[in-house]
Amino acid sequence: MPDMTTQAVAHQHGFGATARRDLWWLGPLATSIGLLSFVVYSTWAAFQGAYYEAGPYLSPFYSPLIFGTSEHAWIHGTPGWWPTWLPFSAALLVLWAPGGFRLTCYYYRKAYYRSIWMDPVACAVGEPRKSYWGENTLPLILMNAHRYFAYLAVIFIGVLTYDAIKSYLFTGADGAKHFGMGVGSIVLTLNPLFLGLYTFGCHSLRHLVGGKKDCFSCSSFGEARFKMWSAVSVLNRNHQLWAWVSLFGVGFSDIYVRMVAMGHWHDVRFF
Amino acid sequence: MAADNEPTSRPNNEVQPPFVHTASAPKPGTVAEALGRRDFKVWRGNALGGGYKDYTAEISAGMVVLDAVHQIQATQAGDLACRWNCKAGKCGSCSAEINGKPRLMCMTRMETLPEGTVTIQPMKAFKPIKDLVTDVSWNYEVKKKIAPFKPKAPEADGTWRMQQFEVERVQEFRKCIECFLCQDTCHVLRDHGKHEVFAGPRFFVHAAQLEMHPLDTVNREPFLKHDGGIGFCNITKCCTEVCPEHIKITDNAIIPLKERVADTYYDPLVRLWRWAFKKGEQPVEPKA
Repeated sequence: MPDMTTQAVAHQHGFGATARRDLWWLGPLATSIGLLSFVVYSTWAAFQGAYYEAGPYLSPFYSPLIFGTSEHAWIHGTPGWWPTWLPFSAALLVLWAPGGFRLTCYYYRKAYYRSIWMDPVACAVGEPRKSYWGENTLPLILMNAHRYFAYLAVIFIGVLTYDAIKSYLFTGADGAKHFGMGVGSIVLTLNPLFLGLYTFGCHSLRHLVGGKKDCFSCSSFGEARFKMWSAVSVLNRNHQLWAWVSLFGVGFSDIYVRMVAMGHWHDVRFF
Repeated sequence: MAADNEPTSRPNNEVQPPFVHTASAPKPGTVAEALGRRDFKVWRGNALGGGYKDYTAEISAGMVVLDAVHQIQATQAGDLACRWNCKAGKCGSCSAEINGKPRLMCMTRMETLPEGTVTIQPMKAFKPIKDLVTDVSWNYEVKKKIAPFKPKAPEADGTWRMQQFEVERVQEFRKCIECFLCQDTCHVLRDHGKHEVFAGPRFFVHAAQLEMHPLDTVNREPFLKHDGGIGFCNITKCCTEVCPEHIKITDNAIIPLKERVADTYYDPLVRLWRWAFKKGEQPVEPKA
């Protein structure tokens, strides 16, 4: 690169220094409150190891329930290799995948680089640190693994869709499964829907399904790939919106199941 | 530095102050609604230093900040330097920072600014030459480092064919007017001064325009990873926010390029696939 010495003689310096007169701090503040609230709640919920299922409802924080004692469990019991010093919670076995997907998501990177790490806290506003490495070195170079988390996130959409279908199957007095619908069924149906709108607008998926191609008409399955790329692009335009809606949706789904399981909320059954 | 863009309908002997030469000026026969006087703080100086000076301007409906600057030039500070040309948001000359935000002066209407003194500064990411004029020549040097368009061999009839739906993606990038507001607001350049190792959003848009062209044959991933320093971008989208052409710089140019770089340099499965089946797709690394 050519040499360029910036003479910032005309500008303010230091953390938060700016000539901006709008409420530039409001966005980062709201974002940090939203993100930290979710992180605190989800961490607390993940370590509870209880009240994550109520009848046909299973909290998405604990899905897939790899180890457990209920009808939702893939394997009954708890793993023998689980460390004794750590209380068992099935959520800890699965939450790393959707958590990693959101942690490395291009939208959330923007959100927390700005609101938490303040690099920069807002556009044209002074930063707290002079040093900067970007995503060139460890640990942030690991953000390039986002595509692998995206593949896992797609699998999770399938698992949560299966949970949504199961949420309509209630065990009757005769012990058999009967089709029905409660408020929880709607909550657990909206959850994978919102997650799907977020996940299928992912930048890495957009690249995978066709974005990497310069010439669709010269490629194998070019027309199909162009259609897939176009569809992902439509969702990608509102990636931020779906990121927040799905974050709220998955958090509320856990709260709903937890409250019903604890007996604080009564699940209204429509039929 | 002002270009001569006088309207042809004006009588030859009529002299008008420069601040009425604007697309947003009132039509002939009408009187612009006076909005009162506004105070301005304009940075005056050069690469060695300077400071803010106070001015006032009479504001009428439809005026843009560039009109006010021209009024100040005409009435109070004849030596105030400001680069401008088209007054239509298409030449990219009048970039500055208005109330701390990188914007085109010709596209910022006075009535959209909050009450109080309006602060006008030159772009922070570039060395000041005089007053509001900065030295943006560094950008042109960066551009020279990006391999130009090189089409594949023409078809048998000697021509090239491409589908409209395939070039629409890169046509968005061709809207760029090189105002360099994205470069100015990018904190990698603005706050960290990494001009030697980072090309900046403008040139990622340029690289994307070439790289994603259906007929192009050059692989610019080595440039993007090494000289272009795309890894320094932490996708905070300030470039997208200030783009006067509303190019989705981050979503449509930078992130797709970061994904391509990830394919080549960071994804072991893609590297294995290419090694096994598509050896010709490996980029040529630059010489040390």
